[in-house]
Amino acid sequence: MTASDIQQRLEQKFPGKIKRAELEVVDLFIVVEGTAIAEICGWLRHDPGMAFDMLHCLSGADYPKEEKMEVVYHLFSLKHRHWIVLKIEVPREGAKVPTVENVWKTANWHEREVYDLYGVWFDGHSDLRRILLPDDWEGHPLKKDWEWPEEWHGIPVKPGKQMVQRVKEGEKLGVGPFD
Amino acid sequence: MPTKRDGLGLGPQAIEQRDGLAIVTVEKQIPWSEEIPTFSIEAYQGDDMILNMGPQHPSTHGVLRVELLTDGEVVKEARPHIGYLHRNFEKHAENIDYPGIIPFTDRMDYVASMANSLTYALTIEKLMGIQVNDRVNTIRVLMAELQRIASHLLSVGTYGIDIGAFTPFLHCFRDREMVLDLFEWLCGARLLYNYNWIGGVSHDLPDGWVEKCRHFVDQFGHTIDEVDELLSFNKIFTKRTATVGILPPDLAVNYAISGPNLRGSGIKWDIRKEEPYCGYENYDFEVPIGTAEHGPIGSCWDRYYVRVIEMRESCKIILQALDRLPKGDVHEHVPKRVKPAKGEAYFRTETPRGELAYYVVSDGGLIPSRVKGRSPCFVAMSVFEEIARGEMIADMVAIIGSLDIVLGEIDR
Repeated sequence: MTASDIQQRLEQKFPGKIKRAELEVVDLFIVVEGTAIAEICGWLRHDPGMAFDMLHCLSGADYPKEEKMEVVYHLFSLKHRHWIVLKIEVPREGAKVPTVENVWKTANWHEREVYDLYGVWFDGHSDLRRILLPDDWEGHPLKKDWEWPEEWHGIPVKPGKQMVQRVKEGEKLGVGPFD
Repeated sequence: MPTKRDGLGLGPQAIEQRDGLAIVTVEKQIPWSEEIPTFSIEAYQGDDMILNMGPQHPSTHGVLRVELLTDGEVVKEARPHIGYLHRNFEKHAENIDYPGIIPFTDRMDYVASMANSLTYALTIEKLMGIQVNDRVNTIRVLMAELQRIASHLLSVGTYGIDIGAFTPFLHCFRDREMVLDLFEWLCGARLLYNYNWIGGVSHDLPDGWVEKCRHFVDQFGHTIDEVDELLSFNKIFTKRTATVGILPPDLAVNYAISGPNLRGSGIKWDIRKEEPYCGYENYDFEVPIGTAEHGPIGSCWDRYYVRVIEMRESCKIILQALDRLPKGDVHEHVPKRVKPAKGEAYFRTETPRGELAYYVVSDGGLIPSRVKGRSPCFVAMSVFEEIARGEMIADMVAIIGSLDIVLGEIDR
């Protein structure tokens, strides 16, 4: 089934929940209503014509210019071998999204990662803790406006300036060992 | 005062109470803290003991900590804690240009760097619509399969050590050295190559390389026979591995497990066959699956043996690639300036550990707006909790080894 077929069936099944679909890009995607994501995913998983039995990837993305964050679901069906990419748009602060952990178990860790790095709260998740960063880390580093702390428990964590930046500021960087 | 929580899954508040020592004082309340689920107190009573495995345990193949809730020898609950090797690759990737990310991808799965950079290069090529020539494709297939052999040799050898057989490890590492020597001759690096560029590869094959590679493949068959003789059908080894760590096929799909772990559960699924890239559709090879020869399907032994057979299949592909190696310029399609149009791409390939995928979003500039690595090891580690439940403590090592994880890729 192609993505436009899936989009049509989704619009029949969930009228008003499908915001828009970008079908003319490299990887086509469908933007859906955030509050309905668990319902839509559950249907996509269990409907025999869809049978999306794999949540291949769940990730976040931050777009500060458009003042939104996105949670992206890459779904794949082993049975029918078709793809679909679902996206939901959430506010940049205090976002809450229903969990899809009950639909695919693999969502557990993926959602923990998105929570850890983006601060999106997944409602109904069984064990939403930080996963990659320490439990007492402050902030969510993959947000574009996140600032490096100076130190963490006495360990300096702020990186030095990028080499590009240093060159721009007029610093002379040697190219070999003798200059 | 922070609330009392039982030992499993130390949350932000619980850190202060560990062993009664004030290790960390957390004053800041995280938002919605009242909604943090706590683990049931029933799970932690009676004779149960919490045992900490790792992070510096040699059998965890890196820095992985597993919290085990044990009742005698039986593990009632196993909870992995990852993140000890976290370098925030994704944040770095948002601050450097597209070609500059390739060395970072090498360092994700540091024992299969070729496969990582290949996936990234293919993703950007998909985003930019670059078609590479046949020589580049063939060289990439060659390198990917040599890397698969090197990676599986490491996995098989260290798995033997985990179980207690030291000799196969030496045989495996002897041959892995030969692959690394071939790579060193090719691009000067033994482990982290920066070889697959966007639109090409960094170096063409040197003179005499093809003959050496053919020589390696010819004698490599004997090594696999040795491994089979010493390890695969060794009675002690099969008894230790064939009945533990059962991963049923439906659970594997539910967790989106991929690669040898999925095939070990009896599902014939290989991206090289199903969604061919780099011209894999032109090669003749088999996809091995778990056979349940010594125990139930999806056991540690099945996963292990899929890797052994895959090495034989890789040899087949390498010989075919060497035979057909077309002429061409490996830098023909390398763009002067990598600046994809606004858009996003998701591309997956079959690396030695499963389906690695990159999700790259471009805003039309020289620096990507988002790079996400979908790591097969991360997913494989998340199923560990399920398959370790009810097994013995000594089998934890067998299960972790059979999942073939690399912590560099889990933590990124």
